[in-house]
Amino acid sequence: MFTEFLQFLLSGVTVGATYALVGVGFSIIYNASQVINFAQGEFVMLGGMMAWFLFERAGLPMPAAVPLAIAGTVLVGLALEKFAIEPARNASIVTLIIITIGASIFLRGGAQLVWGRDFHALPALSGDAPIDLSGVAVNPQSLWVMGCTVVVVILLHWFFSRTMTGRAMRAVAFNMLAAQLAGVNNRLILMFSFGLSAALGALAGVLIAPITLTYPDVGIMLGLKGFCAAILGGLGYPYGAIVGGLIVGISEAMTAGYVSSAYKDAVAFVIILMTLFFMPNGLFGRRGIERV
Amino acid sequence: MLLEITGLSAHYGRIRALDNVSIEIGEGELVALVGANGAGKTTLLRVISGIRPASAGRVLFDGKDITRMPPDRRVRRGIVQVPEGRQVFAPMRVEENLLMGGYTRGAAERREALALQYERFPALAASRNKPAGMLSGGQQQMLAVARALMGKPRLLLLDEPSLGLAPRLVDEVFDTVTALRDAGVTVFIVEQNAFQALSIADRGYVMETGQVVLADTGKALLTNERVKAAYLGL
Repeated sequence: MFTEFLQFLLSGVTVGATYALVGVGFSIIYNASQVINFAQGEFVMLGGMMAWFLFERAGLPMPAAVPLAIAGTVLVGLALEKFAIEPARNASIVTLIIITIGASIFLRGGAQLVWGRDFHALPALSGDAPIDLSGVAVNPQSLWVMGCTVVVVILLHWFFSRTMTGRAMRAVAFNMLAAQLAGVNNRLILMFSFGLSAALGALAGVLIAPITLTYPDVGIMLGLKGFCAAILGGLGYPYGAIVGGLIVGISEAMTAGYVSSAYKDAVAFVIILMTLFFMPNGLFGRRGIERV
Repeated sequence: MLLEITGLSAHYGRIRALDNVSIEIGEGELVALVGANGAGKTTLLRVISGIRPASAGRVLFDGKDITRMPPDRRVRRGIVQVPEGRQVFAPMRVEENLLMGGYTRGAAERREALALQYERFPALAASRNKPAGMLSGGQQQMLAVARALMGKPRLLLLDEPSLGLAPRLVDEVFDTVTALRDAGVTVFIVEQNAFQALSIADRGYVMETGQVVLADTGKALLTNERVKAAYLGL
């Protein structure tokens, strides 16, 4: 009974960690531009597909395929900013969001042309044999997902609180005018945000591909669930997106385990609706301290 | 001349906010710009900082045409603005706000400037780890000025630094501005508090509906009948 619960919890945290990474990506781009990047899920897809292609087809060893897949996705993210967002930077936010939707369709279509419509399995980083932890079967890939997410969260925290670029990103998010007057190049920050978000998405894609398989449309659901994580945590609060991702992942796993896996995907959407109805700023939104 | 503005115009859509404005500021001068709400004072500062585009005219800084230069490069050249309403980064710690002010400088130079600002404003040193939003209005103004000084300005632009402050704090702000001028910083101050601004200024400009209507020394403007009637309430 309790081991069953732990088993569900484990799978929830695993998948939730990837939602968290995607959600952080949403928040980072939102902070730099107020744009919700609906191509975020495609970064996840590209990470997984490129890693599969480089490993299975190009025959590269995994330690080379994974970083190259992430780097390739970062290049796509930078190109998206440079060639789709930047030329329209004086357009309204809604226009920019629609551009990202267009970009997501383009990337999905491109992936189908290049790699076909099939499902592909990326081998797990350290085998498939589950580790038995007092009755709970732990998939080694789950440990990779959780471990990498923890490392990424620590690195992000260091980056945002200790480096000038990280501080500049927080400054731009809070007050674009004051940041510009301090000498921050907001266009460079936006470019960097797209690169960072693409890297986080690609990492999530590489980590989850051995568990959920990868295919050109895999990013649709992962992107929406990452969006849900970002909304639940409070859009623009990267740490909130991490908590949001874990909540979405765990709720999903519990629903699949105790109710029916048919409702698994509905959970995220119920959470989005509930959040928007009852706490539109999310769990951590508008918590900023300000005295005027 | 450190700053030379000739025939400058700026628009918000079809509305003309600046109309053929010409202003000069020499190295080491303290120049005041006074005028009513909506006269275009803030717009002028935003054009000088590169936040708003100019629709006509030229801005020369240190002899170089910067009319189309992006804002971050102007900061690197030494044009630093304290925006209206202080605009500190409220969720960030006081020290991080100051470090942001030195964003365009190298790490060593930034550390040095930080120590200098803590020396100049001991109250900020005492609350260095507090979120900036927790400071009082007067301390936030102090932080906004210190943040700008972190950028080692050659020309400091101050937009309504006394706005919303208690009278005692207003005096403090003007004392700080005078001290900065005495330390050799060129200051261009925009104020609705015309009396105090003109009292400390070497020279002053009066702006009405986007145009410069008067230019003279600070003292002469203080005794000008038109200025007295319109801005000093005398």
